[in-house]
Amino acid sequence: MGFKEFCFKKSLWLFHFGGASCNNCDIEILACLTPRFDVERFGMQLVGSIRHADVLLVNGSINQKDKVRLLELYRQAPKPILVVAIGACGCTGGIFAESNVFAGPVDKIIPVDAYVPGCPPKPEAIIAGIVKLLNKKPAKQKTA
Amino acid sequence: MSKIIPIGPYHPLQEEPELFKLYCEGEIVKDIKWETGYNHRGIEKLSESKTFDQVFFLVERVCGICSTSHPFAFANCMEEIGEVEIPDRAKYIRSIIGELERIHSHMLWFGLAGHFIGYNTVFMWVWKYREPVLDLFEMITGNRNSYAMFKIGGVRRDIENNKIGKIKETLDLIRKKTDMLIGAVMDDPVIHARTKGVGILTKDDIINYGAVGPTARASDVAIDVRHDNPYAAYPLVNWKIITAKEGDVFAKVEVRLLEILESVSIIDQCLEGLKKEKEGEIETKVKAIPEGIGTGRAEAPRGEVFHFVKTNGSNYPERHKIRAPSYVNIATFKKSCIGQTISDATISLAAVDPCYCCTERLASVYDKDTGTKVFGGEELIKNSQQKTREIQKTILRNEH
Ligand code: SF4
Repeated sequence: MGFKEFCFKKSLWLFHFGGASCNNCDIEILACLTPRFDVERFGMQLVGSIRHADVLLVNGSINQKDKVRLLELYRQAPKPILVVAIGACGCTGGIFAESNVFAGPVDKIIPVDAYVPGCPPKPEAIIAGIVKLLNKKPAKQKTA
Repeated sequence: MSKIIPIGPYHPLQEEPELFKLYCEGEIVKDIKWETGYNHRGIEKLSESKTFDQVFFLVERVCGICSTSHPFAFANCMEEIGEVEIPDRAKYIRSIIGELERIHSHMLWFGLAGHFIGYNTVFMWVWKYREPVLDLFEMITGNRNSYAMFKIGGVRRDIENNKIGKIKETLDLIRKKTDMLIGAVMDDPVIHARTKGVGILTKDDIINYGAVGPTARASDVAIDVRHDNPYAAYPLVNWKIITAKEGDVFAKVEVRLLEILESVSIIDQCLEGLKKEKEGEIETKVKAIPEGIGTGRAEAPRGEVFHFVKTNGSNYPERHKIRAPSYVNIATFKKSCIGQTISDATISLAAVDPCYCCTERLASVYDKDTGTKVFGGEELIKNSQQKTREIQKTILRNEH
């Protein structure tokens, strides 16, 4: 096991990017931190800067104004970084995919490691998604 | 030379993308500008390509937290056009869902407000007791948020009478816990010090800015669509509008906490009403929507939601206009934040419970005198990027 894989074993720090969302996914991500679900017991924590993060959570459809900022964030992120697309919007654009300001689902803009579908996904689903991510070793990570 | 402090657009404090710029001299905020657009999704336009039944799912996703108020207003609007009268049972169910949503939304806000002033315990507490409300939603509608309960002429799912007991149990719990929170907050000297006299909006300010909802009610302006333009089951139950006099952040906390109790009592009465109606009678069949225009209003947790729809006899809206409460409430920032210290500005901003996903409308800037278009979408984006760069530069310059 390389050093980087080792670092991804525990205590992932999350950075949350809310695109053009309806806010439900954002709220459910926050709900993961509150007593009923409490992901902090796995050492997961929302951090204020992408430069401290291991995981980038992206939710919401991405509009043109968000796209440039998402790219910029991804550029600033320490590599390797795991990207999780949350919600129908994050995975495909969901109900907003036909919108005139839609700039493509997340995986057209940056590489995505895990998808958590649902509108909004339940906190259990989000946690399950991240746990699956912990257990898999993405090919990208090794090369990065 | 005033210093510019940008908050956002992706700031750990906010769960939504928006950019505030505080123009400060020393500690004092001199001016504030805000910039949105990070959340624009083109919903009004999208709506024109959806059938009336589908529009409900779309407007539900205008805002996730108040995901009933938009369908509520839209249903009111369509029923005005089609002159549809809905059965009493459906009215009760609509009100129950609307009020449950108010409870969970006010709790959510209260938790975040606690978090903003550094009371993380409050945040964790309140969100813990918010979960039973979401469980109720899951039991009734099958989803924790975005309930898909509304349709033209009634509701999609019944609340069977055997579920009433469980709902009442949860309501008792909420009532108890809200009392506890009120006790904990109303006497806490630190919370008093942080919120009393902060971000004051006077009655005149509210009227001048046209603010709505709890923001207005905390400044002694008793406006409430449920009362002024009664819809669903609100005329059938007893309830009162909660107001406070002071208009500061504390008054807003007070209004929202008391509104939770009022909502619990409304739901209680609706459940009694539900018992009298026959199970299963939850909709009037609607065949077609005639040509016409209609307006629908509903009281969201944050204030009045307004929908305007023009129909042309087909299955699609010809024009759909949405005005969300935050759209008018955000303007009060100009009043409530200026002249305060930076640390108070955050809670003043949070106090109106702004919701940006509701507010994002397409912005084009037109010249006031000539009427020519100065900026379109593309240029605005470019302009905004330019501005961000300029701000970064200014900040760097000021730092050295
Ligand atoms: S996936 Fe659904 S809940 Fe999540 S942001 Fe999109 S519309 Fe909202």
